Amino acid sequence: MDVGRIVTFKPFASSARMRELMAGYFRDLNRAALEGRPKIAWCSSVGPAELLLSLGYAVFYPENHAAMLGATREARKTIPVANAAGYSPDICSYLTSDIGAYLRRETPLSKVYPEIVTVPRPDVLVYNNVQCRDVQEWFSWYGREFAVPVLGVATPRNIAAITPELLAGIAGQIRALVPPLEKIAGRRFDIDRLRAVMSLSRDGSEMWKRVLEANRVRPAPLSFFDAAVHMGPAVVLRGTEEVLAYYRVLLREVEGRVARGEGAVEGERFRLYWEGMPIWGKLRDLAEFFIGLRTNIVASTYCNSWIFESGDLADPFLDLARSSAGLFIAWDEDAKERYLRDMAETYGVHGFIFHDAKTCPHNSNNRYGLPGRLEKATGIPTLTIHGDVNDLRCYSEDQTRTAIEAFIERLEEG
Amino acid sequence: MPEHRPPGGSRIFAGLDIGSSAVKVVLLDGDGSFAGHAVRVLGSDLRHAAAAALDDAAGEAGLKRPSFDGLVATGFGRSAWTEASAAKTEISCHAKGSYHDVRRPHTLIDIGGQDCKIIRIDGQGRRMGFRMNRKCAAGTGAFLEEAALRLRVGLETFDDLARSSTRDVEIGSYCTVFAAAEILHLIRRGVEMPDIVKGLFGSIVQRTMEMDLLEGDVVLTGGVAAHHPFLIRMFETRLGRPVIVPPRAQFTGALGAAIFALEAWSGRHA
Ligand code: SF4
Repeated sequence: MDVGRIVTFKPFASSARMRELMAGYFRDLNRAALEGRPKIAWCSSVGPAELLLSLGYAVFYPENHAAMLGATREARKTIPVANAAGYSPDICSYLTSDIGAYLRRETPLSKVYPEIVTVPRPDVLVYNNVQCRDVQEWFSWYGREFAVPVLGVATPRNIAAITPELLAGIAGQIRALVPPLEKIAGRRFDIDRLRAVMSLSRDGSEMWKRVLEANRVRPAPLSFFDAAVHMGPAVVLRGTEEVLAYYRVLLREVEGRVARGEGAVEGERFRLYWEGMPIWGKLRDLAEFFIGLRTNIVASTYCNSWIFESGDLADPFLDLARSSAGLFIAWDEDAKERYLRDMAETYGVHGFIFHDAKTCPHNSNNRYGLPGRLEKATGIPTLTIHGDVNDLRCYSEDQTRTAIEAFIERLEEG
Repeated sequence: MPEHRPPGGSRIFAGLDIGSSAVKVVLLDGDGSFAGHAVRVLGSDLRHAAAAALDDAAGEAGLKRPSFDGLVATGFGRSAWTEASAAKTEISCHAKGSYHDVRRPHTLIDIGGQDCKIIRIDGQGRRMGFRMNRKCAAGTGAFLEEAALRLRVGLETFDDLARSSTRDVEIGSYCTVFAAAEILHLIRRGVEMPDIVKGLFGSIVQRTMEMDLLEGDVVLTGGVAAHHPFLIRMFETRLGRPVIVPPRAQFTGALGAAIFALEAWSGRHA
């Protein structure tokens, strides 16, 4: 197999606009922290960000920050600090890398934006534990550190069906956040303002969906690795006009590739699906490795997790609940299997890669026999690789590459 | 075309398996018949060990120089042998070599120096799936080496020691370091050396059985199987049926690589 070729990413011209957007976002946050207004809320990725935005908060997303620690491999230095402080190497390495960075008084933001010396001090932290317990523990650490309130939504997991009762329960919890959030923000809640933010957020999410869906064609214009990077604005700038505008620009570029028959991977032979978290510190290496194998990872659960299900906004709280319960991570095994089968068909995939992330059990969906069931039901081969989101101590380069290459050799055999 | 041919002037194809603790070579002639083989300890100079093993095998095949009509490299060091006409993973090569030996559907267990792999192979020799051990060396050759060091006995005595054991002890840890602690504990309790060694073999068998359901015929390859017949007996006892060990169990990957080299040549000259 010709894996030794020197290969590189094919960058998107839109990346420059993305960098500007991200810079603007982080600088605004930094200014808010320095000036003390607007108030700053830290929010988990599935948290009720739109509610916070509607109340005028500047919103910071620790998971995005942790992913930066992973991608820059700063996590190698910061995780051990949190481990030494009593946070086990077996728990979420987003948590340990982020808290470790704080303890070292570091942030990867300083490298890109020298005027930013620290993460923005929160006035409140708001989580949704739909994804895991760790996010709650993580936010609670900062709550103690900054002596600020930590508010949360407890969402059921392993759900088989989204029932009105389930939605009502979640919606009620989100509604209950309003009074304390109003008090901290010093501002009255306005339901129409919330509807407006949500409507923008849904439009942005819809546009992101269109970008990802462009990958149905062969060759696919985008790779998982491109998508994981270009997801940035969808994560941190949701509910803004800029996001919508940005994904319009990106979509145009992606559609240009489609029109020219240009793939993200030259000579695309195989199309794979990535299930589980990215291995942030190896994102680029793996991207190039797959290009060398003339294989594209055309779809992933991860990048699709920022497409939020939405209904009508008559009761926006109910709709926020729908977004939360509509996420893959909240479902039971059967629902997950159905989703993956659909995705395989939609994107015409030849194989599934399951990433078993050592420190992220809830987002490692290989652990209850799903790959075997999926393979049996679809006849599509699966491969499980062992690694981690941020902790490269849990990753073996040789073993992973051999496993992936062997998987491709199997696909070559037909 | 190589200059120096063995009697009969047939073509020679090489499979080079650069594993984590040894380099193995198998040579086949143009009919796919065995022509030579060699093994060298890897040491710290991977290319040197590979060249020496190729030299040895060429000598056995009656070649004056190690020059081949095709060479496929495999194993963790496969990309280091840049002279190879192709590189293939050890998964594919083991499956190829093993199917060549048994010619029916089976589950292959290869216990190497640093890893253990289980490959399901169908009636046409196609791989239906594979599993590799996780990051710890427990259940691999390195685990036995580490234990031999701790016990201060030569690894080559392990098989006889285990065979002479009179009682069962269990070494249950997942992790090599924890297993070492268990060994110390057994020593403190006055457990005899043969029983400890048999316990170590049992631990390898157990770790392997935890990786896969091991359906159908089971073939065992790799250095650990080749050098420890008693461990194979223990496997059979646990499985409740015989396992197949090919004649050159340590060379299955190299054999598969040599077959790939031969097939590539035949494909080009068909
Ligand atoms: S889902 Fe995984 S990576 Fe995200 S916070 Fe939870 S454990 Fe960490």
